Amino acid sequence: MARIEAEVGKPQGGFVKWIDDRFPMTSTLKYHVTEYYASKNFNLWYVFGVLAFVVLAIQLLTGIFLTMNYKPAAADAFASVEYIMRDVEWGWLIRYMHSTGASFFFIVVYLHMYRAMLYGSYKKPRELIWLIGMLIFLVLMAEAFAGYLLPWGQMSYWGAQVIISLFGAIPWVGDALVEIIRGDYSISDITLNRFFALHVIVLPLALIGLVFVHIVALHEVGSNNPDGIDIKKNKDASGKPVDGIAFHPYHTSKDLVAIIIFLMIFSAVVFFAPDMGGYFLEHANFEPANLTATPEHIAPVWYFTPFYAILRAVPDKLWGFILFVTAVLLPVFLPWLDRSRVRSIRYRGWIYKSALAVFTITFIVLGWLGTMPADGLYVLIARILSVVYFAFFLLMPYYTAIDKTKPVPDRVVYHG
Amino acid sequence: MVAIPFLSSLKPSARAQALGAPVEVPISSMQPGELVRVLWRGKLVFVLRRSKEMLANLPKVDGELRDPNSDVIEQQPEYARNATRSIKPQFLVIEGSCTHLGCAPLQDFDVRPAEGWEGGFFCPCHGSKFDLAGRVFKGVPAPTNLKVPPYRFVRDDLILIGQDSGAA
Repeated sequence: MARIEAEVGKPQGGFVKWIDDRFPMTSTLKYHVTEYYASKNFNLWYVFGVLAFVVLAIQLLTGIFLTMNYKPAAADAFASVEYIMRDVEWGWLIRYMHSTGASFFFIVVYLHMYRAMLYGSYKKPRELIWLIGMLIFLVLMAEAFAGYLLPWGQMSYWGAQVIISLFGAIPWVGDALVEIIRGDYSISDITLNRFFALHVIVLPLALIGLVFVHIVALHEVGSNNPDGIDIKKNKDASGKPVDGIAFHPYHTSKDLVAIIIFLMIFSAVVFFAPDMGGYFLEHANFEPANLTATPEHIAPVWYFTPFYAILRAVPDKLWGFILFVTAVLLPVFLPWLDRSRVRSIRYRGWIYKSALAVFTITFIVLGWLGTMPADGLYVLIARILSVVYFAFFLLMPYYTAIDKTKPVPDRVVYHG
Repeated sequence: MVAIPFLSSLKPSARAQALGAPVEVPISSMQPGELVRVLWRGKLVFVLRRSKEMLANLPKVDGELRDPNSDVIEQQPEYARNATRSIKPQFLVIEGSCTHLGCAPLQDFDVRPAEGWEGGFFCPCHGSKFDLAGRVFKGVPAPTNLKVPPYRFVRDDLILIGQDSGAA
Protein backbone atom coordinates (compact mmCIF):
# COMPACT_ATOMS: atom_id res chain seq x y z
CA MET A 1 0.00 0.00 0.00
CA ALA A 2 1.26 3.43 -0.89
CA ARG A 3 1.77 5.62 2.11
CA ILE A 4 1.13 9.33 1.79
CA GLU A 5 3.88 11.23 3.53
CA ALA A 6 3.15 14.91 3.36
CA GLU A 7 5.89 16.77 5.10
CA VAL A 8 5.93 20.49 4.64
CA GLY A 9 9.07 21.88 3.00
CA LYS A 10 10.48 18.58 1.78
CA PRO A 11 10.61 17.50 -1.92
CA GLN A 12 7.69 15.17 -2.54
CA GLY A 13 9.06 13.27 -5.57
CA GLY A 14 7.24 15.00 -8.41
CA PHE A 15 3.93 14.69 -10.17
CA VAL A 16 4.22 11.01 -11.13
CA LYS A 17 4.96 10.07 -7.55
CA TRP A 18 2.05 12.22 -6.42
CA ILE A 19 -0.23 10.15 -8.73
CA ASP A 20 1.42 6.82 -7.89
CA ASP A 21 0.86 7.43 -4.18
CA ARG A 22 -2.83 7.67 -4.92
CA PHE A 23 -3.40 5.52 -8.04
CA PRO A 24 -1.43 2.52 -9.43
CA MET A 25 -0.44 4.32 -12.64
CA THR A 26 3.21 3.35 -13.16
CA SER A 27 2.73 -0.19 -11.91
CA THR A 28 -0.31 -0.72 -14.17
CA LEU A 29 1.55 0.64 -17.20
CA LYS A 30 4.47 -1.66 -16.44
CA TYR A 31 2.26 -4.70 -15.93
CA HIS A 32 0.16 -4.24 -19.07
CA VAL A 33 2.44 -2.34 -21.44
CA THR A 34 6.17 -1.81 -20.88
CA GLU A 35 6.84 -5.03 -19.00
CA TYR A 36 4.22 -7.27 -20.60
CA TYR A 37 6.31 -9.82 -22.47
CA ALA A 38 4.88 -11.46 -25.56
CA SER A 39 6.62 -13.87 -27.89
CA LYS A 40 9.18 -12.36 -30.28
CA ASN A 41 8.04 -14.50 -33.23
CA PHE A 42 4.54 -13.08 -33.64
CA ASN A 43 3.48 -13.13 -37.30
CA LEU A 44 0.79 -11.36 -39.32
CA TRP A 45 -1.98 -13.34 -37.60
CA TYR A 46 -1.18 -11.53 -34.36
CA VAL A 47 -2.20 -8.03 -35.48
CA PHE A 48 -5.96 -8.59 -35.58
CA GLY A 49 -6.54 -8.14 -31.86
CA VAL A 50 -5.03 -4.67 -31.98
CA LEU A 51 -6.93 -3.95 -35.21
CA ALA A 52 -10.21 -4.99 -33.55
CA PHE A 53 -9.41 -2.42 -30.88
CA VAL A 54 -8.82 0.22 -33.57
CA VAL A 55 -12.16 -0.59 -35.27
CA LEU A 56 -13.94 -0.43 -31.90
CA ALA A 57 -12.52 3.06 -31.41
CA ILE A 58 -13.63 4.10 -34.93
CA GLN A 59 -17.14 2.76 -34.29
CA LEU A 60 -17.47 4.51 -30.94
CA LEU A 61 -16.21 7.83 -32.28
CA THR A 62 -18.29 7.84 -35.49
CA GLY A 63 -21.29 6.37 -33.64
CA ILE A 64 -21.36 9.19 -31.11
CA PHE A 65 -21.35 11.77 -33.89
CA LEU A 66 -24.07 9.94 -35.85
CA THR A 67 -26.42 9.99 -32.84
CA MET A 68 -26.20 13.78 -32.88
CA ASN A 69 -28.14 13.92 -36.15
CA TYR A 70 -29.97 10.60 -36.36
CA LYS A 71 -33.64 10.37 -35.27
CA PRO A 72 -34.79 7.01 -33.90
CA ALA A 73 -38.39 7.22 -35.11
CA ALA A 74 -40.06 5.30 -37.93
CA ALA A 75 -41.31 8.52 -39.55
CA ASP A 76 -37.91 10.28 -39.44
CA ALA A 77 -35.17 7.65 -39.39
CA PHE A 78 -34.67 7.11 -43.13
CA ALA A 79 -34.84 10.86 -43.86
CA SER A 80 -32.41 11.65 -41.03
CA VAL A 81 -29.84 9.26 -42.52
CA GLU A 82 -30.27 10.97 -45.91
CA TYR A 83 -29.91 14.29 -44.08
CA ILE A 84 -26.62 13.10 -42.56
CA MET A 85 -25.46 12.01 -46.02
CA ARG A 86 -26.40 15.23 -47.84
CA ASP A 87 -26.73 18.17 -45.49
CA VAL A 88 -24.51 17.56 -42.47
CA GLU A 89 -20.95 18.72 -43.11
CA TRP A 90 -18.75 15.64 -43.49
CA GLY A 91 -21.78 13.61 -42.45
CA TRP A 92 -21.28 11.24 -45.40
CA LEU A 93 -17.75 10.49 -44.21
CA ILE A 94 -18.79 9.81 -40.64
CA ARG A 95 -21.62 7.54 -41.75
CA TYR A 96 -19.54 5.65 -44.34
CA MET A 97 -16.80 5.15 -41.75
CA HIS A 98 -19.40 3.69 -39.41
CA SER A 99 -21.03 1.40 -42.00
CA THR A 100 -17.65 0.28 -43.37
CA GLY A 101 -16.40 -0.13 -39.81
CA ALA A 102 -19.18 -2.63 -39.11
CA SER A 103 -18.01 -4.94 -41.90
CA PHE A 104 -14.35 -4.47 -41.03
CA PHE A 105 -15.13 -5.29 -37.40
CA PHE A 106 -16.30 -8.72 -38.52
CA ILE A 107 -13.44 -9.23 -40.99
CA VAL A 108 -10.92 -8.48 -38.24
CA VAL A 109 -12.74 -10.49 -35.56
CA TYR A 110 -13.19 -13.53 -37.82
CA LEU A 111 -9.44 -13.47 -38.61
CA HIS A 112 -8.64 -12.98 -34.92
CA MET A 113 -10.73 -16.07 -34.09
CA TYR A 114 -9.18 -18.02 -36.95
CA ARG A 115 -5.73 -17.25 -35.50
CA ALA A 116 -6.85 -18.95 -32.29
CA MET A 117 -7.84 -22.02 -34.31
CA LEU A 118 -4.52 -22.07 -36.17
CA TYR A 119 -2.34 -21.87 -33.10
CA GLY A 120 -4.58 -23.44 -30.45
CA SER A 121 -4.84 -20.19 -28.50
CA TYR A 122 -8.08 -21.35 -26.86
CA LYS A 123 -6.37 -24.36 -25.23
CA LYS A 124 -5.42 -24.48 -21.57
CA PRO A 125 -4.72 -22.10 -19.83
CA ARG A 126 -6.51 -19.66 -22.17
CA GLU A 127 -10.01 -21.16 -22.13
CA LEU A 128 -11.51 -18.20 -20.29
CA ILE A 129 -10.00 -15.73 -22.75
CA TRP A 130 -11.70 -17.72 -25.52
CA LEU A 131 -15.04 -17.80 -23.68
CA ILE A 132 -14.97 -14.04 -23.08
CA GLY A 133 -13.98 -13.62 -26.71
CA MET A 134 -16.97 -15.69 -27.88
CA LEU A 135 -19.20 -13.54 -25.70
CA ILE A 136 -17.73 -10.47 -27.39
CA PHE A 137 -18.52 -12.09 -30.75
CA LEU A 138 -22.16 -12.73 -29.74
CA VAL A 139 -22.61 -9.19 -28.42
CA LEU A 140 -21.03 -7.90 -31.61
CA MET A 141 -23.57 -9.84 -33.69
CA ALA A 142 -26.42 -8.38 -31.62
CA GLU A 143 -24.89 -4.92 -31.93
CA ALA A 144 -24.61 -5.22 -35.71
CA PHE A 145 -28.15 -6.57 -35.99
CA ALA A 146 -29.65 -3.78 -33.86
CA GLY A 147 -27.68 -1.18 -35.80
CA TYR A 148 -28.89 -2.51 -39.13
CA LEU A 149 -32.51 -1.69 -38.28
CA LEU A 150 -31.73 1.98 -37.61
CA PRO A 151 -31.61 3.34 -41.21
CA TRP A 152 -35.17 1.97 -41.58
CA GLY A 153 -34.59 0.83 -45.15
CA GLN A 154 -36.22 -2.15 -46.86
CA MET A 155 -33.48 -4.56 -45.78
CA SER A 156 -33.46 -3.08 -42.26
CA TYR A 157 -37.13 -3.79 -41.86
CA TRP A 158 -37.42 -7.19 -43.53
CA GLY A 159 -34.11 -8.47 -42.19
CA ALA A 160 -35.28 -7.64 -38.68
CA GLN A 161 -38.65 -9.24 -39.45
CA VAL A 162 -36.94 -12.53 -40.37
CA ILE A 163 -34.48 -12.61 -37.48
CA ILE A 164 -37.00 -11.58 -34.80
CA SER A 165 -39.50 -14.11 -36.18
CA LEU A 166 -36.85 -16.78 -35.60
CA PHE A 167 -37.51 -16.52 -31.87
CA GLY A 168 -41.16 -17.33 -32.58
CA ALA A 169 -40.01 -20.87 -33.38
CA ILE A 170 -39.29 -21.54 -29.71
CA PRO A 171 -42.13 -23.73 -28.38
CA TRP A 172 -44.57 -22.24 -25.84
CA VAL A 173 -42.85 -18.92 -25.14
CA GLY A 174 -41.91 -18.01 -28.73
CA ASP A 175 -44.81 -15.69 -29.56
CA ALA A 176 -44.69 -13.87 -26.21
CA LEU A 177 -40.92 -13.45 -26.58
CA VAL A 178 -41.29 -11.97 -30.06
CA GLU A 179 -43.83 -9.48 -28.72
CA ILE A 180 -41.46 -8.46 -25.90
CA ILE A 181 -38.60 -7.97 -28.40
CA ARG A 182 -40.74 -5.86 -30.74
CA GLY A 183 -42.80 -4.13 -28.07
CA ASP A 184 -45.60 -4.17 -30.61
CA TYR A 185 -47.66 -6.50 -32.80
CA SER A 186 -45.30 -5.88 -35.68
CA ILE A 187 -41.94 -4.18 -36.14
CA SER A 188 -42.74 -0.53 -35.60
CA ASP A 189 -41.59 2.82 -34.32
CA ILE A 190 -41.48 1.25 -30.84
CA THR A 191 -39.14 -1.51 -32.03
CA LEU A 192 -36.87 1.01 -33.75
CA ASN A 193 -36.72 3.13 -30.59
CA ARG A 194 -35.62 0.24 -28.38
CA PHE A 195 -33.14 -1.11 -30.92
CA PHE A 196 -31.58 2.36 -30.89
CA ALA A 197 -31.22 2.12 -27.09
CA LEU A 198 -29.65 -1.33 -27.44
CA HIS A 199 -27.32 -0.20 -30.21
CA VAL A 200 -26.01 2.98 -28.61
CA ILE A 201 -26.03 2.17 -24.89
CA VAL A 202 -26.65 -1.40 -23.73
CA LEU A 203 -24.53 -3.37 -26.17
CA PRO A 204 -21.58 -0.93 -26.54
CA LEU A 205 -21.28 -0.80 -22.74
CA ALA A 206 -21.26 -4.60 -22.63
CA LEU A 207 -18.72 -4.67 -25.47
CA ILE A 208 -16.31 -2.29 -23.75
CA GLY A 209 -16.61 -4.16 -20.45
CA LEU A 210 -15.99 -7.50 -22.15
CA VAL A 211 -13.01 -6.22 -24.13
CA PHE A 212 -11.52 -4.98 -20.84
CA VAL A 213 -11.84 -8.37 -19.11
CA HIS A 214 -10.66 -10.13 -22.30
CA ILE A 215 -7.36 -8.22 -22.04
CA VAL A 216 -7.08 -8.59 -18.25
CA ALA A 217 -7.51 -12.37 -18.65
CA LEU A 218 -4.95 -12.42 -21.49
CA HIS A 219 -2.33 -10.54 -19.48
CA GLU A 220 -2.84 -12.86 -16.53
CA VAL A 221 -1.83 -15.99 -18.45
CA GLY A 222 0.21 -14.37 -21.23
CA SER A 223 -0.13 -14.44 -25.02
CA ASN A 224 0.17 -17.62 -27.03
CA ASN A 225 2.53 -17.70 -30.04
CA PRO A 226 2.73 -19.39 -33.46
CA ASP A 227 4.61 -22.31 -31.91
CA GLY A 228 2.12 -22.76 -29.09
CA ILE A 229 5.02 -22.77 -26.63
CA ASP A 230 4.77 -21.64 -23.05
CA ILE A 231 7.45 -18.90 -23.11
CA LYS A 232 7.19 -18.37 -19.34
CA LYS A 233 8.94 -21.72 -18.80
CA ASN A 234 12.18 -20.30 -20.11
CA LYS A 235 13.21 -17.18 -18.20
CA ASP A 236 16.54 -15.37 -17.86
CA ALA A 237 18.24 -14.27 -14.62
CA SER A 238 16.11 -11.14 -14.35
CA GLY A 239 12.94 -13.20 -14.56
CA LYS A 240 11.73 -12.21 -18.03
CA PRO A 241 11.03 -14.84 -20.70
CA VAL A 242 13.99 -15.24 -23.07
CA ASP A 243 11.63 -15.58 -26.04
CA GLY A 244 9.54 -12.59 -25.00
CA ILE A 245 9.85 -8.93 -25.88
CA ALA A 246 8.01 -6.07 -24.19
CA PHE A 247 4.65 -5.09 -25.66
CA HIS A 248 5.88 -1.50 -25.70
CA PRO A 249 7.95 -0.37 -27.53
CA TYR A 250 8.54 -3.54 -29.56
CA HIS A 251 5.12 -4.98 -30.39
CA THR A 252 3.51 -1.54 -30.51
CA SER A 253 5.90 -0.30 -33.19
CA LYS A 254 5.19 -3.39 -35.30
CA ASP A 255 1.44 -3.00 -34.67
CA LEU A 256 1.67 0.62 -35.79
CA VAL A 257 2.72 -0.59 -39.25
CA ALA A 258 -0.26 -2.94 -39.33
CA ILE A 259 -2.59 -0.14 -38.22
CA ILE A 260 -1.34 2.16 -40.98
CA ILE A 261 -1.79 -0.51 -43.66
CA PHE A 262 -5.21 -1.36 -42.23
CA LEU A 263 -6.28 2.29 -42.35
CA MET A 264 -5.13 2.51 -45.97
CA ILE A 265 -7.39 -0.41 -46.93
CA PHE A 266 -10.20 0.91 -44.75
CA SER A 267 -9.97 4.36 -46.36
CA ALA A 268 -9.93 2.86 -49.84
CA VAL A 269 -13.30 1.22 -49.12
CA VAL A 270 -14.76 4.29 -47.40
CA PHE A 271 -13.82 6.59 -50.28
CA PHE A 272 -14.10 4.38 -53.35
CA ALA A 273 -16.51 1.53 -52.59
CA PRO A 274 -18.52 2.24 -49.43
CA ASP A 275 -21.28 -0.17 -50.49
CA MET A 276 -18.74 -2.80 -51.64
CA GLY A 277 -20.95 -3.89 -54.51
CA GLY A 278 -23.93 -4.45 -52.25
CA TYR A 279 -22.08 -6.54 -49.66
CA PHE A 280 -21.37 -3.82 -47.05
CA LEU A 281 -24.49 -1.74 -47.79
CA GLU A 282 -27.26 -3.71 -49.45
CA HIS A 283 -28.91 -1.96 -52.38
CA ALA A 284 -32.45 -2.70 -51.20
CA ASN A 285 -31.68 -0.59 -48.13
CA PHE A 286 -31.53 2.58 -50.21
CA GLU A 287 -35.35 2.39 -50.29
CA PRO A 288 -37.33 3.29 -47.17
CA ALA A 289 -39.02 0.45 -45.31
CA ASN A 290 -42.17 -0.66 -47.10
CA LEU A 291 -44.40 -2.68 -44.81
CA THR A 292 -46.45 -4.06 -47.69
CA ALA A 293 -43.72 -5.63 -49.82
CA THR A 294 -40.70 -7.80 -49.06
CA PRO A 295 -37.73 -7.26 -51.43
CA GLU A 296 -37.62 -9.98 -54.08
CA HIS A 297 -34.25 -11.17 -52.88
CA ILE A 298 -33.59 -10.93 -49.18
CA ALA A 299 -30.24 -11.75 -47.59
CA PRO A 300 -28.51 -10.58 -44.44
CA VAL A 301 -25.25 -8.61 -44.56
CA TRP A 302 -22.29 -10.81 -45.50
CA TYR A 303 -21.06 -11.46 -41.95
CA PHE A 304 -24.21 -13.36 -41.02
CA THR A 305 -24.56 -15.33 -44.25
CA PRO A 306 -22.70 -18.54 -43.25
CA PHE A 307 -25.15 -19.06 -40.38
CA TYR A 308 -28.08 -17.87 -42.47
CA ALA A 309 -27.25 -20.50 -45.11
CA ILE A 310 -27.45 -23.18 -42.40
CA LEU A 311 -30.81 -21.80 -41.25
CA ARG A 312 -32.19 -21.91 -44.78
CA ALA A 313 -30.85 -25.40 -45.44
CA VAL A 314 -33.28 -26.85 -42.90
CA PRO A 315 -36.83 -27.34 -44.23
CA ASP A 316 -38.37 -26.98 -40.76
CA LYS A 317 -38.92 -23.83 -38.71
CA LEU A 318 -37.98 -25.13 -35.24
CA TRP A 319 -35.04 -27.26 -36.40
CA GLY A 320 -33.80 -24.44 -38.57
CA PHE A 321 -33.69 -22.22 -35.49
CA ILE A 322 -32.02 -24.91 -33.34
CA LEU A 323 -29.29 -25.64 -35.90
CA PHE A 324 -28.75 -21.91 -36.53
CA VAL A 325 -28.20 -21.24 -32.82
CA THR A 326 -26.06 -24.36 -32.43
CA ALA A 327 -23.89 -23.34 -35.37
CA VAL A 328 -23.21 -19.97 -33.76
CA LEU A 329 -22.54 -21.45 -30.30
CA LEU A 330 -20.46 -24.54 -31.19
CA PRO A 331 -17.11 -22.68 -31.31
CA VAL A 332 -17.66 -21.83 -27.61
CA PHE A 333 -16.76 -25.43 -26.79
CA LEU A 334 -13.52 -25.57 -28.82
CA PRO A 335 -11.24 -25.66 -25.74
CA TRP A 336 -12.86 -28.93 -24.70
CA LEU A 337 -13.58 -30.39 -28.13
CA ASP A 338 -9.92 -30.13 -29.15
CA ARG A 339 -8.02 -32.95 -27.46
CA SER A 340 -4.71 -32.57 -29.26
CA ARG A 341 -1.56 -32.58 -27.10
CA VAL A 342 -0.09 -29.65 -29.03
CA ARG A 343 -1.51 -26.19 -29.59
CA SER A 344 -0.05 -24.96 -32.85
CA ILE A 345 -0.94 -26.25 -36.30
CA ARG A 346 2.84 -26.35 -36.95
CA TYR A 347 3.13 -29.48 -34.83
CA ARG A 348 -0.20 -31.11 -35.61
CA GLY A 349 -0.70 -34.04 -37.96
CA TRP A 350 -2.38 -34.21 -41.34
CA ILE A 351 -5.84 -34.93 -39.93
CA TYR A 352 -6.33 -31.60 -38.15
CA LYS A 353 -4.66 -29.73 -40.99
CA SER A 354 -7.08 -31.27 -43.49
CA ALA A 355 -10.07 -30.78 -41.19
CA LEU A 356 -9.26 -27.09 -40.72
CA ALA A 357 -8.73 -26.64 -44.46
CA VAL A 358 -12.11 -28.24 -45.24
CA PHE A 359 -13.76 -26.17 -42.50
CA THR A 360 -12.27 -22.96 -43.90
CA ILE A 361 -13.61 -23.66 -47.39
CA THR A 362 -16.97 -24.75 -45.94
CA PHE A 363 -17.39 -21.55 -43.94
CA ILE A 364 -16.55 -19.34 -46.92
CA VAL A 365 -18.79 -21.24 -49.35
CA LEU A 366 -21.66 -21.23 -46.82
CA GLY A 367 -21.18 -17.47 -46.58
CA TRP A 368 -21.49 -17.19 -50.34
CA LEU A 369 -24.54 -19.49 -50.43
CA GLY A 370 -26.24 -17.32 -47.80
CA THR A 371 -26.21 -14.43 -50.26
CA MET A 372 -27.74 -16.51 -53.09
CA PRO A 373 -31.44 -17.31 -53.63
CA ALA A 374 -32.81 -20.36 -51.81
CA ASP A 375 -33.15 -22.46 -54.98
CA GLY A 376 -32.60 -26.14 -55.72
CA LEU A 377 -28.86 -26.66 -56.18
CA TYR A 378 -27.84 -23.91 -53.73
CA VAL A 379 -29.96 -25.48 -50.99
CA LEU A 380 -28.54 -28.93 -51.73
CA ILE A 381 -24.93 -27.68 -51.42
CA ALA A 382 -25.86 -25.73 -48.27
CA ARG A 383 -27.24 -28.92 -46.72
CA ILE A 384 -24.09 -30.89 -47.46
CA LEU A 385 -21.84 -28.12 -46.15
CA SER A 386 -23.99 -27.69 -43.02
CA VAL A 387 -23.26 -31.32 -42.20
CA VAL A 388 -19.54 -30.69 -42.78
CA TYR A 389 -19.69 -27.63 -40.50
CA PHE A 390 -21.20 -29.59 -37.64
CA ALA A 391 -18.93 -32.58 -38.24
CA PHE A 392 -15.83 -30.39 -37.90
CA PHE A 393 -16.83 -29.53 -34.32
CA LEU A 394 -18.64 -32.67 -33.18
CA LEU A 395 -16.02 -35.13 -34.47
CA MET A 396 -13.14 -33.02 -33.18
CA PRO A 397 -12.68 -34.98 -29.91
CA TYR A 398 -12.00 -38.09 -32.00
CA TYR A 399 -9.83 -36.85 -34.83
CA THR A 400 -7.69 -34.57 -32.69
CA ALA A 401 -7.03 -37.42 -30.24
CA ILE A 402 -5.80 -39.87 -32.90
CA ASP A 403 -3.95 -37.28 -34.99
CA LYS A 404 -0.15 -37.82 -34.93
CA THR A 405 1.69 -34.77 -33.59
CA LYS A 406 5.28 -33.64 -34.03
CA PRO A 407 7.56 -32.84 -31.08
CA VAL A 408 7.30 -29.21 -29.95
CA PRO A 409 10.68 -27.40 -29.62
CA ASP A 410 11.77 -25.72 -26.36
CA ARG A 411 12.31 -22.31 -27.94
CA VAL A 412 10.23 -20.39 -30.49
CA VAL A 413 11.35 -20.71 -34.10
CA TYR A 414 10.97 -18.54 -37.18
CA HIS A 415 9.19 -20.16 -40.07
CA GLY A 416 8.68 -16.90 -41.92
CA MET B 1 -39.87 -8.55 -8.19
CA VAL B 2 -37.61 -5.60 -8.94
CA ALA B 3 -37.43 -6.68 -12.56
CA ILE B 4 -41.20 -6.62 -13.13
CA PRO B 5 -41.58 -2.89 -13.91
CA PHE B 6 -38.62 -3.01 -16.29
CA LEU B 7 -39.78 -6.14 -18.11
CA SER B 8 -43.38 -4.93 -18.26
CA SER B 9 -42.24 -1.69 -19.88
CA LEU B 10 -41.02 -3.79 -22.82
CA LYS B 11 -44.52 -5.11 -23.59
CA PRO B 12 -46.78 -3.34 -26.12
CA SER B 13 -47.77 -0.05 -24.51
CA ALA B 14 -51.33 1.22 -24.07
CA ARG B 15 -50.90 3.32 -27.20
CA ALA B 16 -49.59 0.37 -29.20
CA GLN B 17 -52.63 -1.63 -28.10
CA ALA B 18 -55.03 1.21 -28.95
CA LEU B 19 -53.56 1.53 -32.44
CA GLY B 20 -54.74 -2.00 -33.20
CA ALA B 21 -58.11 -0.59 -34.24
CA PRO B 22 -60.06 -2.41 -36.97
CA VAL B 23 -59.58 -1.36 -40.60
CA GLU B 24 -62.33 -0.92 -43.18
CA VAL B 25 -61.78 -2.21 -46.74
CA PRO B 26 -64.28 -1.20 -49.45
CA ILE B 27 -64.60 -4.06 -51.95
CA SER B 28 -67.25 -2.90 -54.41
CA SER B 29 -64.76 -1.93 -57.11
CA MET B 30 -62.54 -5.03 -56.82
CA GLN B 31 -62.29 -7.12 -60.00
CA PRO B 32 -62.01 -10.94 -59.97
CA GLY B 33 -58.33 -11.81 -59.44
CA GLU B 34 -57.57 -8.44 -57.83
CA LEU B 35 -55.58 -8.26 -54.62
CA VAL B 36 -55.67 -5.37 -52.16
CA ARG B 37 -53.02 -4.86 -49.46
CA VAL B 38 -53.95 -3.14 -46.18
CA LEU B 39 -52.20 -2.71 -42.86
CA TRP B 40 -53.91 -3.77 -39.63
CA ARG B 41 -51.92 -3.43 -36.38
CA GLY B 42 -48.93 -2.76 -38.61
CA LYS B 43 -49.42 -6.19 -40.11
CA LEU B 44 -49.95 -6.72 -43.81
CA VAL B 45 -53.36 -8.18 -44.74
CA PHE B 46 -54.30 -9.39 -48.23
CA VAL B 47 -57.86 -9.13 -49.50
CA LEU B 48 -58.22 -11.18 -52.70
CA ARG B 49 -61.31 -11.38 -54.84
CA ARG B 50 -61.11 -14.89 -56.22
CA SER B 51 -62.49 -15.66 -59.68
CA LYS B 52 -64.67 -18.70 -60.40
CA GLU B 53 -61.67 -20.55 -61.92
CA MET B 54 -59.52 -19.78 -58.88
CA LEU B 55 -62.16 -21.27 -56.61
CA ALA B 56 -62.61 -24.25 -58.89
CA ASN B 57 -58.87 -24.94 -58.82
CA LEU B 58 -58.62 -25.00 -55.02
CA PRO B 59 -59.48 -28.69 -54.45
CA LYS B 60 -56.98 -29.80 -57.15
CA VAL B 61 -53.99 -29.22 -54.86
CA ASP B 62 -55.48 -30.72 -51.68
CA GLY B 63 -53.16 -33.73 -51.87
CA GLU B 64 -50.02 -31.56 -51.93
CA LEU B 65 -50.92 -29.52 -48.85
CA ARG B 66 -49.77 -29.90 -45.29
CA ASP B 67 -53.07 -28.86 -43.71
CA PRO B 68 -55.77 -28.90 -46.44
CA ASN B 69 -58.68 -28.93 -43.97
CA SER B 70 -57.43 -26.14 -41.68
CA ASP B 71 -56.93 -28.50 -38.76
CA VAL B 72 -54.51 -26.12 -37.02
CA ILE B 73 -57.25 -24.17 -35.29
CA GLU B 74 -55.28 -21.06 -34.28
CA GLN B 75 -54.57 -20.19 -37.94
CA GLN B 76 -58.14 -19.03 -38.60
CA PRO B 77 -61.35 -18.10 -36.79
CA GLU B 78 -63.98 -20.83 -36.67
CA TYR B 79 -66.06 -19.16 -39.40
CA ALA B 80 -63.15 -19.42 -41.85
CA ARG B 81 -62.51 -23.08 -41.16
CA ASN B 82 -63.94 -24.35 -44.42
CA ALA B 83 -62.85 -25.39 -47.90
CA THR B 84 -62.23 -21.80 -49.04
CA ARG B 85 -61.04 -20.48 -45.64
CA SER B 86 -63.41 -17.53 -45.92
CA ILE B 87 -66.82 -16.17 -45.00
CA LYS B 88 -67.80 -15.53 -48.62
CA PRO B 89 -65.90 -17.85 -50.97
CA GLN B 90 -65.04 -15.15 -53.52
CA PHE B 91 -63.29 -12.97 -50.91
CA LEU B 92 -60.14 -14.29 -49.27
CA VAL B 93 -58.85 -12.31 -46.27
CA ILE B 94 -55.43 -13.49 -44.99
CA GLU B 95 -52.42 -12.03 -43.25
CA GLY B 96 -49.64 -11.40 -45.75
CA SER B 97 -47.04 -12.70 -43.36
CA CYS B 98 -45.31 -15.99 -44.13
CA THR B 99 -45.70 -18.36 -41.20
CA HIS B 100 -42.01 -19.23 -41.49
CA LEU B 101 -40.21 -15.98 -40.70
CA GLY B 102 -42.70 -13.24 -41.47
CA CYS B 103 -41.80 -12.11 -44.99
CA ALA B 104 -44.59 -10.89 -47.24
CA PRO B 105 -45.41 -13.61 -49.80
CA LEU B 106 -45.59 -12.52 -53.44
CA GLN B 107 -48.65 -13.17 -55.59
CA ASP B 108 -48.14 -15.73 -58.32
CA PHE B 109 -51.60 -16.22 -59.79
CA ASP B 110 -50.58 -17.61 -63.21
CA VAL B 111 -51.73 -21.17 -63.66
CA ARG B 112 -48.89 -23.34 -64.99
CA PRO B 113 -50.25 -26.87 -65.45
CA ALA B 114 -46.83 -28.18 -66.52
CA GLU B 115 -45.48 -27.40 -63.04
CA GLY B 116 -48.71 -28.42 -61.33
CA TRP B 117 -49.07 -24.80 -60.16
CA GLU B 118 -52.69 -23.66 -59.87
CA GLY B 119 -51.80 -20.15 -58.70
CA GLY B 120 -51.05 -19.00 -55.19
CA PHE B 121 -48.48 -17.19 -53.09
CA PHE B 122 -44.71 -17.59 -53.06
CA CYS B 123 -42.46 -16.35 -50.27
CA PRO B 124 -39.28 -14.79 -51.73
CA CYS B 125 -37.29 -15.27 -48.52
CA HIS B 126 -37.15 -19.02 -48.13
CA GLY B 127 -39.34 -20.38 -50.90
CA SER B 128 -42.50 -21.31 -49.01
CA LYS B 129 -45.58 -21.79 -51.20
CA PHE B 130 -49.27 -21.34 -50.44
CA ASP B 131 -52.40 -21.90 -52.53
CA LEU B 132 -55.15 -19.35 -53.19
CA ALA B 133 -56.71 -20.08 -49.81
CA GLY B 134 -53.38 -19.43 -48.04
CA ARG B 135 -52.88 -23.15 -47.43
CA VAL B 136 -49.24 -24.20 -47.15
CA PHE B 137 -47.68 -26.78 -49.46
CA LYS B 138 -45.66 -29.73 -48.18
CA GLY B 139 -41.85 -29.63 -48.27
CA VAL B 140 -41.43 -25.91 -47.59
CA PRO B 141 -40.09 -24.23 -44.42
CA ALA B 142 -43.40 -22.59 -43.43
CA PRO B 143 -45.07 -24.88 -40.88
CA THR B 144 -48.69 -23.70 -41.11
CA ASN B 145 -51.27 -22.06 -43.36
CA LEU B 146 -51.32 -18.28 -43.64
CA LYS B 147 -53.36 -16.82 -40.81
CA VAL B 148 -56.88 -15.55 -41.37
CA PRO B 149 -57.39 -12.44 -39.21
CA PRO B 150 -60.72 -11.79 -37.50
CA TYR B 151 -63.00 -9.94 -39.95
CA ARG B 152 -66.61 -9.46 -40.89
CA PHE B 153 -68.77 -8.01 -43.64
CA VAL B 154 -70.23 -4.73 -42.41
CA ARG B 155 -72.17 -4.49 -45.68
CA ASP B 156 -71.98 -6.49 -48.88
CA ASP B 157 -69.40 -4.01 -50.16
CA LEU B 158 -67.41 -3.35 -46.97
CA ILE B 159 -65.11 -5.62 -44.97
CA LEU B 160 -63.97 -4.74 -41.45
CA ILE B 161 -60.64 -6.35 -40.53
CA GLY B 162 -59.74 -6.82 -36.87
CA GLN B 163 -63.24 -7.31 -35.47
CA ASP B 164 -65.79 -10.05 -35.80
CA SER B 165 -68.08 -9.74 -32.80
CA GLY B 166 -71.74 -9.42 -33.67
CA ALA B 167 -71.53 -11.18 -37.02
CA ALA B 168 -70.16 -14.35 -38.48
